[in-house]
Amino acid sequence: MNIDTSPAIELRGAGKAFRTPSGALHTAVRNLDLTVGQGEFVAVVGPTGCGKSTTLTLVSGLEEPTEGEVLVAGEPVEGIGDKVGFVFQQDAVFPWRTVLSNVMAGPRFRGVPKAEAKEAARAWLSRVGLSAFEDRYPHQLSGGQRKRVALAATFVNDPRILLMDEPFSALDVQTRALMSDELLDLWSGTGASVVFVTHDLEESIALADRVVVMTAGPATVKRIFDIDLPRPRKVESVRLEPRFIEIYREIWESLGEEVRITRERGAADVA
Amino acid sequence: MSPDTVAALGVKPGTRTQERARAARTRRLLVQGSRVLLLVLVVALWEVLARAGVIDPFNFSMPSAIWDQIREWGAHGTAQGPLWEQIWYTLYEALLGWILGVTAGVVLGITLGRIRFLADVLGPYIKVLNAIPRIVLAPVFLIWFGLGPASKIASAVVLVFFPVFFNAFQGAREVDRNLVNNARILGASNRRVTLQVVVPSATSWIFTSLHVSFGFALIGAIVGEYIGATRGLGLLVAASQGTFNAAGVYAAMAILAVVALCTEGLLTFAERRLFRWRPAEPGAER
Repeated sequence: MNIDTSPAIELRGAGKAFRTPSGALHTAVRNLDLTVGQGEFVAVVGPTGCGKSTTLTLVSGLEEPTEGEVLVAGEPVEGIGDKVGFVFQQDAVFPWRTVLSNVMAGPRFRGVPKAEAKEAARAWLSRVGLSAFEDRYPHQLSGGQRKRVALAATFVNDPRILLMDEPFSALDVQTRALMSDELLDLWSGTGASVVFVTHDLEESIALADRVVVMTAGPATVKRIFDIDLPRPRKVESVRLEPRFIEIYREIWESLGEEVRITRERGAADVA
Repeated sequence: MSPDTVAALGVKPGTRTQERARAARTRRLLVQGSRVLLLVLVVALWEVLARAGVIDPFNFSMPSAIWDQIREWGAHGTAQGPLWEQIWYTLYEALLGWILGVTAGVVLGITLGRIRFLADVLGPYIKVLNAIPRIVLAPVFLIWFGLGPASKIASAVVLVFFPVFFNAFQGAREVDRNLVNNARILGASNRRVTLQVVVPSATSWIFTSLHVSFGFALIGAIVGEYIGATRGLGLLVAASQGTFNAAGVYAAMAILAVVALCTEGLLTFAERRLFRWRPAEPGAER
């Protein structure tokens, strides 16, 4: 079957330019070529503000590319597909819904009967350890707990493609490591393909099968690194392994240069 | 703060806490006591000055006369009929006008907030209509709809509509884009996004306008009655004024104030129930 053989995500020379309020054309990403295989975990790293997030919005169908092609499961992206899950950088849980109702939202939006949606939501809530909190409102939870709600709300839809836009960047360091482990745990066995955008190189190596380094904006793919660390991994311990440090050094050589360029540009803008 | 959080903070439930609780209670009593005292002082001063002839009781009346007037209306009815009927008429007109105005304002505000094209086309016209001092429409409505409640309801509607509309419009425009995107990714249709994301986010905006707009509804009803009516508190004011009965004018005002306060209290109660999802202290999170 076509779906089984074609890669999960394919970007072919994709680019996106926005009109700024002043009318000028701002190119966020250009000439993007990237293939993500089925069940593969790909992390995208790059200097801040280089257009990493735009890549995700193109794959999700929230935005259309102005150039090139974006394919999901071999088909061009047209609007928002039902196979996609998206975890946002900021809190995107609905503050007026309880935890349970938040996790039920996806299935309910997709027309799943209420009882069935509730059952599925409860199952995912217990997997993220929030069963005792199902009647709480988001403002009564900690940042990490809210992120767990967001993860459960995303996974309950059983996405084939999981897009994550610096999902843990707002969390403190300990919570972040914990959430990364939890993410790997939730993801394993789902067979979903993941694109994980981050500016944290450590996080990207610990999580991914491949790390994509982006250039300074307007961003394009600079280099792709294979991460040959065995799974299952524990984020806290894997980063102490010699191989991890070796990989880190290698990727940083490539990434550091782009970070420098971005920084110098920023300094030039200020001056 | 709940008892749990107090315990979690490690505060010993000892004398310190008790002292603080007592201090808070004392302060509350002090504030309330001072409030009552202020009211008593003002009323007493008014009464004394009026009796002493420093201020003219014919123009300014006095609290005792106003109170007598209310009691008389209550016991023997007004010239226009029983007092409760006047109150009910005004309340009925204001309430119906308010509900209609709010409904129209919310529906149109959200619709225009969501559909850019409509907002661009209708925007200037709404601004023009808003620029008209709408209270001058009351006589026009009297001509159109007659002396009955319809003309008062109409003036209440036009007064209520605009603040509610603008707030609902703004609320729909300022919905967190992340929430909308999230809902769309989760599979929500456009209609679902409007009903389940835009409307709930806009409710806090809308509620702000509801408080103000109920006052406007009362104004609309009263002014309408004042210009021409067969029943209502506005008519009481007009009739009292016509017979140089200052106490009557003030008495009607006092009754109105009580009615407005009661409805305001009901609205606050409804708001609390509806916004359980928000943090207890407004502004604590932002």
